[in-house]
Amino acid sequence: MGYKTIIEDNIDILVVGAGLGGTGAAFEARYWGKDKKIVIAEKANIDRSGAVAQGLYAINCYMGTRFGENNPEDHVRYARMDLMGMVREDLAFDMARHVDSSVHLFEEWGLPLMKDPKKGTYMREGRWQIMIHGESYKPIVAEAAKKSADKVFNRVCVTHLLMDDSKENRVAGAVGFNVRTGNYHVFKSKTVICGAGGASNIFKPRSVGEGAGRVWYAPWSSGSAYGLMIEAGAKMTQMENRIVLARFKDGYGPVGAYFLHLKTYTQNGLGEEYESKWFPALAEMVGKEYLDTEGQHLSHKPIPTCLRNHAFISEVNAGRGPIHMVTMEAFQDPHLEEIGWHNFLGMTVGQAVLWAATDVDPKYENPELTTSEPYVMGSHATGCGAWCSGPEDVSPPEYYWGYNRMTTVEGLFGAGDAVGGTPHAFSSGSFTEGRLAAKAACKYIDDGKAEGIRVSDEQIANLKKKIYKPLETYRVYSNEVVGGSVNPNFINPRQGLDRLQKLMDEYCGGFGVNYMTNEKLLQIGLKKLKSLEEDMEKIAASDIHELLRAWELHHRVRTSESVFQHTLFRKETRWPGYYYRGDAMKLDDKNWHVLTVSQRDRKTGEYTMEKAPLYHLVSDK
Amino acid sequence: MPTFVYMTRCDGCGQCVDICPSDIMHIDKTLRRAYNIEPNMCWECYSCVKACPHHAIDVRGYADFAPLGHSVRVHRDEEKGTIAWRIKFRNGKKDMELLAPITTKPWGTAFPKFAEIPAPSQAMRDSELLFNEPKYIRLDDGDLRSLKTAGLKLKEGVYY
Repeated sequence: MGYKTIIEDNIDILVVGAGLGGTGAAFEARYWGKDKKIVIAEKANIDRSGAVAQGLYAINCYMGTRFGENNPEDHVRYARMDLMGMVREDLAFDMARHVDSSVHLFEEWGLPLMKDPKKGTYMREGRWQIMIHGESYKPIVAEAAKKSADKVFNRVCVTHLLMDDSKENRVAGAVGFNVRTGNYHVFKSKTVICGAGGASNIFKPRSVGEGAGRVWYAPWSSGSAYGLMIEAGAKMTQMENRIVLARFKDGYGPVGAYFLHLKTYTQNGLGEEYESKWFPALAEMVGKEYLDTEGQHLSHKPIPTCLRNHAFISEVNAGRGPIHMVTMEAFQDPHLEEIGWHNFLGMTVGQAVLWAATDVDPKYENPELTTSEPYVMGSHATGCGAWCSGPEDVSPPEYYWGYNRMTTVEGLFGAGDAVGGTPHAFSSGSFTEGRLAAKAACKYIDDGKAEGIRVSDEQIANLKKKIYKPLETYRVYSNEVVGGSVNPNFINPRQGLDRLQKLMDEYCGGFGVNYMTNEKLLQIGLKKLKSLEEDMEKIAASDIHELLRAWELHHRVRTSESVFQHTLFRKETRWPGYYYRGDAMKLDDKNWHVLTVSQRDRKTGEYTMEKAPLYHLVSDK
Repeated sequence: MPTFVYMTRCDGCGQCVDICPSDIMHIDKTLRRAYNIEPNMCWECYSCVKACPHHAIDVRGYADFAPLGHSVRVHRDEEKGTIAWRIKFRNGKKDMELLAPITTKPWGTAFPKFAEIPAPSQAMRDSELLFNEPKYIRLDDGDLRSLKTAGLKLKEGVYY
C-alpha cells in the first residue's frame, strides 16, 4: 500500500488516548520519571479530544476536604449506594483522596472555578459537584500534557497493543496508523497507560439519519479502551453495567445543574409528581437496603440514578408522558436563567441550538426530558472497565498485585473509562486516575519489571497487514459492481455500525425494547454478533478516514461482545432503569452481591467468566 | 447539529481540519475549501466553529428534529480569555448575548516547571502521594488519608 512504517523506540511510558485520563498520566509521569521517555498517541488533536472536547460546566467529583466539606469515605458510600453496592471501594477511595489535589492544580493552571462569595469555598451545584467556566478545560489540561511529554502524536489511531514475545502476558507497546498520512506507527514501550474512551454508538441511538451523531457521549468515544485491553487479554469487570441517562430530549443537554443548582424538578404530562409512586413496588424488587421508601427522610441515602430512570421509564410506559423539567419557576430569576443557558454552551451546545431552532424558551415552557440509549463507559454513574490493582495501603489481597491501576496484563495500566468498578470519577477523577497510573508505571519500570522486552518483526508485520486489510478489500472488490455502496463481497463501516446498533438494541436491552432482555435474547444476539464478527474480516474502507471508522467499529464490536457475555452471566436485574433481565427481574443479593469478571482468550477468543469478591471497606455511617 | 461551511468565507486554511475530534472536517479537493464529510458523526462540539479564523463555519440543527431558521454563534478570544455567544431563536422573539471567561491566566504560563523542582525522594516514591501532595489536598502538612487514619477497618469480602 506504500505507507511508511514509523517506529518510535525505547519509550518508557506510552499514553494511549489523551482525554482527561491520558493528560493526567502524561503530566504526573514527568514528575516521577524525569529521565523517562513519555510519548502520547492520540486519535484526534490533544487540544480538543476525548469526552471533554467541547468543555464542561461542572467538575462533578470534588471532595472539598480543604474546606471540611467531605472526606473520601463519604464519596465511597455515595458511589456504592448509587451503583447498588457494586463498586471497587479501594479504587474509589483512592481516587477520592487524591482528586482535590487535581482540582487545585486545574485552578492554578487557569481554569476559572466559580466561588461562593460568602464562604470563600468553590460554588457547589450539589454535594460532589462544583461549578466552573470550563469551555477551555481540555485545552488547559492538554497544555500540561504537551509540556510533559517528549512527543505527542496527534491523529494516530491506536488499533492494537503490542505484546512482549519474550514473556507471556506482558505489554510491549502499541501500533496504529495516522489518519492523515496513512503511515503505520509502531510504539515500542515498556509500559502503556490506556486512557482511551468508553463506547458511544454501540446501541442504536434515538436520533436517526443525519442526526445519528447527536448522542449523549461523544461519537468519537469508540470503546477503544475496552477493544484494546480485551484483545490484549486483560480481565474486565462490570461490563454489564451500561448506563442510561435522563437528559433534555433530543439535545441531551445536561440536567445536573438544573436539578441541583437551579432547583428545577420533573413532572409527568399531567403536571404531577410521579417519581415517588413507583418506589414502593421498586423497593420490593431491589430491597430496602437500596431504596428505603419509609426511612428516606431520615437516612438521606441517595436514590440510585438507575432507580430514578426506572420511575421515568415506567411512567412513560403507563402513558403519562412526556416527562417535563419544570424550569418556568427558576428561570424567572435572570441570574438562574443565565446559568441554565451557560450550562449548555459550556458543555452541550447542541441543546442550545435545539431550543433556538424549536423556539423552546424554558422561561415560558417546561422542556421535555428523555431517557437515552445505553452507553458503556466507566467514569460517569457506571463502572465498566478493566480489572485493576488497587493501592497497597487500602486494597485487600484479591484487589492488589503490586502496581496501582495496573490491569491483569503486566505493564498495562488504565485510567478514566478504562478502569472498572470506579464510577463517579468524572473528569477530575479520570485525570487523577491517570496520575495514579503514571506514578505506578514509573515504579514498575524502576523495579526492573520491564526488562528484556522483545517485539518480533513478525508481530509488527502481521499487525500491519491486518490494519490495512480493509483498504485492500475495497481495492480488490469495489470495481466488481458498477458503483454505489452495495457490494456482495464487503460491507462498509457505516453499514457494520448500523448492524451492530440494531442487534445491540434488540437483543441486549436498548431503548427500542425498553431496556429489556433475557437469556434467550442474549444468546441470539451473541450468535448474530458472531456473524458480524466474521463479516468484519470483509469490511472495506475506501480511504484512510473510512479505515479509522473500520477500526473504531472493531473496538465497538469487541466491547459489545463483552457486554453480552457479562449480561448473560449476571442472572439478575441489578440496575433496573439501566437494563432488565426479564427472566430474573429481582435484584438477587444472595447470589449476585459480587463483581463479575471476564477474560477473553487472546488466541481462541473464548470467554471465561468468574465472580469476584466484593469488599465493603467503608462502613455505613 | 452538524456543521457546514460558507463558501465565500472559507479560505481553506485547515484549522478546522486540524482540530475536529471526529475527523470529519476535510478539505474539498476541487474547491479547496473545508466541509463536513460525515454529518452523522458530528457532535456539534463547536471545536471547528471556534477555531475558524474567518467565522466561516456554522451549525444547522439536525434535520431529524430541528426546523430551520435559528442561530447559535460563537467568538472565542484567547487573548482576552473570554468566549462570547449569541443565540437567536427561530421565531425572532429571543436574541441573547452571553459572555464567559475561559481562563484566568495567560496561556501556558502557569504549569510547574519540573526541571526546576527537585526529584522526589525514595520515601515519596514509596508513599501513596502524588505530585505536591498532601499540600494540594488540604493546604497543610496533614498526611494522606488511609483506612487507618480514617478509622476504617477492612471488612471481609462478600463472596458467593
